[in-house]
Amino acid sequence: MLYVILLSMLSLKEKDRPVVRKLLCAGCCVRCVLRFCCVGISSAYRRSYQDIHKELLAFVIEENSPSDDVKTDEPPNKRIRVEEDCVTPAETETETDSDICPVCLGVLQDFCDSTFAKQVSDAVKKQQYEFDSLVLTVSLPAQLSVREHSCWLHVKKEVREKSMCLGKDDVIQVKDAFKWAVQGKIGQELGAAVLANSPCEVSVGFVHPETEEDCHFLANTCPGCFKPTKNKASIFTRMAVVKALEKISDEKFSKHYPCPPKKPNTGCTALDTTCLHTSVFIAGRYNKFSRELPQTPWVIDGERRMDGSVEELIAAPLLSSFRADGFNFSSSGREDVDVRTLGNGRPFALELLNPHRSKFNRTEIKQLQETINQSSDKISVRYLQIVTREATSRMKEGEEEKTKTYSALIWTQKAIEDTDLEFLGNIKDLKIAQKTPLRVLHRRPLAVRQRLIHSMSAVYLDTHHFTLKLCTQAGTYIKEFVHGDFGRTKPNLCDLMKTEADILELDVESVDIDWPPAIPD
Amino acid sequence: MEDSEKKAPSVIDRYFTRWYRTDLKGKVCEDHCILQHSNRICVITLAESHPILQNGRKIKNINYQISDGCSRLNNKVSGKSKRGGQFLTEFSPLCRITCTDEQEYTIFSCIRGRLLEVNEAILNKPDLLLEKPSTEGYVAVILPKFEESKSITEGLLTREQYEEVLMKRNQQEEPC
Repeated sequence: MLYVILLSMLSLKEKDRPVVRKLLCAGCCVRCVLRFCCVGISSAYRRSYQDIHKELLAFVIEENSPSDDVKTDEPPNKRIRVEEDCVTPAETETETDSDICPVCLGVLQDFCDSTFAKQVSDAVKKQQYEFDSLVLTVSLPAQLSVREHSCWLHVKKEVREKSMCLGKDDVIQVKDAFKWAVQGKIGQELGAAVLANSPCEVSVGFVHPETEEDCHFLANTCPGCFKPTKNKASIFTRMAVVKALEKISDEKFSKHYPCPPKKPNTGCTALDTTCLHTSVFIAGRYNKFSRELPQTPWVIDGERRMDGSVEELIAAPLLSSFRADGFNFSSSGREDVDVRTLGNGRPFALELLNPHRSKFNRTEIKQLQETINQSSDKISVRYLQIVTREATSRMKEGEEEKTKTYSALIWTQKAIEDTDLEFLGNIKDLKIAQKTPLRVLHRRPLAVRQRLIHSMSAVYLDTHHFTLKLCTQAGTYIKEFVHGDFGRTKPNLCDLMKTEADILELDVESVDIDWPPAIPD
Repeated sequence: MEDSEKKAPSVIDRYFTRWYRTDLKGKVCEDHCILQHSNRICVITLAESHPILQNGRKIKNINYQISDGCSRLNNKVSGKSKRGGQFLTEFSPLCRITCTDEQEYTIFSCIRGRLLEVNEAILNKPDLLLEKPSTEGYVAVILPKFEESKSITEGLLTREQYEEVLMKRNQQEEPC
């Protein structure tokens, strides 16, 4: 009667019995036993270690009396001794006095209870995230894969004798068993739902220095799998070890590594819990009213030129409200430090990294926009809104095909009259060829680019000055079109006007990109 | 007209520093001007005192083929890092210019660096070199190594030092 209940609670089947025995004999912990019996019911792992232990013992011992009659190949008294040794190793004081599982190295023993869940939750609470869901990620020592493989070979032997089979994929992974056991408790502590696609990632990691050398023999059996890579301290990454284990034959593995794996003296150590919230993207359009403000911090030889920048002025209030670790600024093109951006402004997007708060309603965003605009008269921002990462690509889409309009203050060497400018208004879709301007050549490839000046119009100011309005294909270098850049932009305004000409001031009047969508006041 | 000449600094004044090398390879008055942009790129031009620019001389031929095996016209650079450009040292010749009086002059790099481009426009219109020697009549664009962007100008003369050299020459009344 009792026997039937136990079977259903852990969902173990008759065929699992020899596997359970074998694993317990090897010193495996009870959750590893469940894993290798392919128990795919998460609630089984959530139960306390003692409960599972008790039931497994009962499950194994229950079997003894009926099976005694069948199996007569061993004297009964010997089997009983073995059973006692295996099932209750702590009490019988065998050569290793640790009861750390040789397969999971303690991950499924010491870290699945509410104490550890509380420890993780407290670490998360300390960082003061505001979130309503989380996803747990686990990083395990690479050698765990070696031990898993060893244990699988060990079990496979047994299973094969019974002419059954056990695929490696059928075994429940340590990672999953760990999550099933503990993530619900963490979620409960934090009052958050555990969701696979949650933007808030809680990461726990384990290390086990004692057994780090477990992997080393693989470097000789499969040297191709272990190539030194940048940014990695060790060549024995989890991916490389898994790959090497896929290639190695069972015989070769058994020659180099014991099956089942040897018991360790110590258990895993938990690394500090870390949290990472996926980026939040904020978009809008900005105006720049100053000729002494760069778009991004201007640094030459490690020294800062000019105070402030457009991106910093926009980012500062957002960083503090979203409590983000940092930001990446991008925009639809950029203007020089001495160029203003007027009109409807230039589209931009700001990626806020690891925001500790990510939910803001429309009114709150509106207030943030107000804060940015109050903070400086050098810039202003409109249409501020939270957007998706995917949507930000719309900003860069077809950047080259879009048009931009400019207003430039021009100086001519030759004295001019109003009528000297009329012809400029008649020029339509002027094709120009621009070599990469000298002023940006140090950081861009040398190339000749064909660009279109769609239209121009001029407003006479005095004998040497006029205002030139231009509508051009995006990507046209306006300053170089005016002064010619050592004749490297052809034709240029000097050619057209048959005089030396220079550009004294430049304003961007419009960036004709319809994104982000306008937000009515 | 008058005030327009005094007017606002030119593109060169705003973004470039003028450096000079006089009497190149010991040849009197063969002065070169190196315009260095604040981004370290250098434009090599004839200095206004160069013999080619004196006394209404005319150019017969400009030749970028500086030896049998090497033509500056074959120079190609690719990518942001300008791979493949010919590397020049101070006395690497850039081109040879022959005037209608059969006098030949060699124009030199003056600085160490990677050749980015030579001015092909002056091949078809040599007059550019005479009319606008410091802008459209430039000879070559060179990118010094990043770590040498300061040291390459150490052996060069500043604008003031160059003007002093010119003054001394005039006092000695040596014809250039």
